[in-house]
Amino acid sequence: MSLVLLIFLPIIAALFIPLLFKKVGQIHTGWFVLLVPAALFIYYSTLLPSIAEGGNRVSELQWIPSLDIAFIAYIDGLSLLFSLLITGIGALVVLYSIFYLDKYREQLHNFYVYLLMFMTAMLGVVQSDHLISLYLFWELTSISSFLLIGYWYTRDRSRFGALKSMMITVFGGLMMLGGFVLLGIMGNTYSIRELISQAPELVSHDFFVWALVLILLGAFTKSAQFPFYIWLPDAMEAPTPVSAYLHSATMVKAGLYLVARFTPIFAASGTWVWLVTGIGLFTMLWGSFFALKQKDLKGILAFSTVSQLGLIMSLLGVSAAGFHVENATEIALNYAGFAAIFHLINHAVFKGSLFMIAGIVDHETGTRDIRKLGGLMSLMPISFTVAMIGAFSMAGLPPFGGFLSKEMFLTGMVALTEFDLFSMDVWGIMFPVIAWIGSVFTFIYSFYFVFHTFAGKHKPEELPKPAHEAPKGMLISPVFLAILAVVIFFIPNIVGEWLVKPAVAAIQPFMYDSPQAVDVHVAAWHGYITTELWMTIAIFTVGGLMFWTLRKWQHLYDRFPNTLNSLYDNLMFLSDTGANRFSRTYMTGFIRSYLVYMFSFLVIIVLGTFVLNDAFAIDMNNTAPVGLYEIVIMLALVGSTVTILFSKSRLTAIIALGAVGYSVALFFVIFRAPDLALTQLVIETISVALFLLAFYHLPQISRKEERMRFRFGNALIAFGVGVTMTLVALAAHSGKALPSISEFYKETVYKEAGGGNIVNVILVDYRGFDTLFEIGVLGIAGIGIITLIKLRLTKKEGQHENK
Amino acid sequence: MEIIMSVVIGFLFMAAVYLMLSKSLIRIIIGTGLLSHGAHLLLLTMGGLGGESPPVVADGVSVSDYADPLPQALILTAIVISFAVTSFFLVVAYRAYQELGTDNMELLKGTEDHE
Repeated sequence: MSLVLLIFLPIIAALFIPLLFKKVGQIHTGWFVLLVPAALFIYYSTLLPSIAEGGNRVSELQWIPSLDIAFIAYIDGLSLLFSLLITGIGALVVLYSIFYLDKYREQLHNFYVYLLMFMTAMLGVVQSDHLISLYLFWELTSISSFLLIGYWYTRDRSRFGALKSMMITVFGGLMMLGGFVLLGIMGNTYSIRELISQAPELVSHDFFVWALVLILLGAFTKSAQFPFYIWLPDAMEAPTPVSAYLHSATMVKAGLYLVARFTPIFAASGTWVWLVTGIGLFTMLWGSFFALKQKDLKGILAFSTVSQLGLIMSLLGVSAAGFHVENATEIALNYAGFAAIFHLINHAVFKGSLFMIAGIVDHETGTRDIRKLGGLMSLMPISFTVAMIGAFSMAGLPPFGGFLSKEMFLTGMVALTEFDLFSMDVWGIMFPVIAWIGSVFTFIYSFYFVFHTFAGKHKPEELPKPAHEAPKGMLISPVFLAILAVVIFFIPNIVGEWLVKPAVAAIQPFMYDSPQAVDVHVAAWHGYITTELWMTIAIFTVGGLMFWTLRKWQHLYDRFPNTLNSLYDNLMFLSDTGANRFSRTYMTGFIRSYLVYMFSFLVIIVLGTFVLNDAFAIDMNNTAPVGLYEIVIMLALVGSTVTILFSKSRLTAIIALGAVGYSVALFFVIFRAPDLALTQLVIETISVALFLLAFYHLPQISRKEERMRFRFGNALIAFGVGVTMTLVALAAHSGKALPSISEFYKETVYKEAGGGNIVNVILVDYRGFDTLFEIGVLGIAGIGIITLIKLRLTKKEGQHENK
Repeated sequence: MEIIMSVVIGFLFMAAVYLMLSKSLIRIIIGTGLLSHGAHLLLLTMGGLGGESPPVVADGVSVSDYADPLPQALILTAIVISFAVTSFFLVVAYRAYQELGTDNMELLKGTEDHE
């Protein structure tokens, strides 16, 4: 089976969804959709053994061969891990959504079409080897995310959140495209694999830092890093299955994927290590700190996702630092890459389950406001257990998967202090400190999420619906994920062997040449007291104490201003009204203004070209002789034109226009153009008749007689155009750069086309299509005229939409 | 002759543009008419005004003696199209006047809520 076609399987399946929804409405459409990710998950699982040994799969589909653009599915450890996450979590989320979304009330066909579209886009992002197709899929994830956030499009908040996420992620995507193009110029290829093999030469290129920063902008906006994270909390307006899937487990991890994928290229740069680690760690602290301000269950989870993404991002930065150390595999730095991937898996597991629980609470009580919730423990025991497992894993408590990766995260951060490049020896101590503070807040908000929802006093009077446990089907997915979180704790090295190490080998090829070379062994208990163990113990103690006193200091959060969000709002407002006001300054609605723009630019551009190319030329030789007839006709023409300009009566002007036309016809006669002269005479006669006819019907116009007032501005522009056209005519006559193609017509007209009148043969034979379209224009004008004269809009009340 | 024609063409264009910038719809239409005359003459002049005989194949006339047929073919097309455009404009003016009672472009601009 062709791997590259599998990427498109979901979107092809999406074509049938509306049909299934309409025709087989009795069965929830989700059941059909479920087949797609489930089948893909099973298929990708079969690839595991060969990939775990360090192999890879490549499959190619040409798209635009002439530009060397192709869909290339390249699956190595990293791609396979993400593909499994996308399809695995995808299957669980679809299963969950079957019970979450009502089959009668919801527009399921829209929902599942978007969801499947997203699945294709996401698989495309993580499997593309070609930068341009990667960009294409990247933007497709933004678009499907936009559609899914705006799924309940009648709500204002949904539309606002959808637009916000789109604005920010598409901005980042465009920046990333710039970075890709620079990379393509630098390496003369768009293949990521080939770029990685050229990495040593790329480092010294002038564009290197530009490409680095632009690509990071793409990654940071997508993965909601500071200061771009502001779209993620607003994206929580999406239905909860979407939040669980896109905004915690998969799409927001696309940025992490991008950073991981490009680490082999950019790791050589100190800027990369600093930016990725620094921004990541700061985002972790910021997100965890503000999670406690939130009152909405999904808001807490959104900020927690921001924080966790920052954590993984910082670990990826540290793993790039490994490039600069000779014996990287021997010191603790080698933990970072492994920890990043391991935590990514853990996060998908526990955050997925937590989102599903938030959805269940919302579904069964009617609110997500944590102030109204409480005491649900006895009413919803299964949900409570799942939430507790997820939250404890997030807080880094044993015996859950999160404990192991959190421990390794601390190890990696502590290891940075021993790293003596890029002035880390001075600032390095900051990293473990920030990491520790962030972890304390992570601990607190995890507890805040669980215990303020499930423990405490039950307040049934504040809940819109009486609370009860969720239906069994809805619990399957979160329970499964919770079990997984426990299982991972006990078999970390099996997970490491099959999933983590192949991915790490792809991120750090400069350290490991095969997955087997990654010599990281995960253990819950290191057997001796280490720095990170003391840090963990301190986190539990301080975090516990602070959670205990949370109610006393939580209100301090109200004093923090919401600067970033208001910045975004103002920026949007300004660009909207600003652009509007700017266009109003020149889009006046007067046809004169528009003509002035056009003619001025005509003069400027043509004269500018003349000056630049020094095209002024007057060739006095090789001209036709000047005869008496020509002079007389010319005087008549100029005289009639002057009459038009100065006539009081419009009738005079029209007759003078006719005189100009007849003079032109006479010119045609003299310059040996009999066909033109005939046509011009006929047309001019009809035109004058038409003008007069119009006057017959518009008597008032002819009566209103006044001479045109002189306007200097108009005259100046008119003079400019006149001079320009004279210069063009002179230059065209004087400088003939190429021989005329007329010779060809003259010579072949009789032999090829069997006609004697060269002009006619050109029109109907050589340039037959021109004439056909000319007739087309005449026809369109005729239809327009008839429509204007004959047809009338019948005015009805209420026809205008805004009324 | 070409030099003089160039100046005449420039003059025609100048008059045409001046008329098109005026307020009256009728004058704008007259301006477009003048503009097309200027363009036709420009095409003809570009090809050269020499040529002893009209571009119709005849015995005893050498190929180099024909007037240039290509500009003539182009102009023929242009004449017909400019006629179509002019007549359409005229009808627009006629209808606009019927509906709105003016041919002053400043008054035809529309109001703020017509957007």
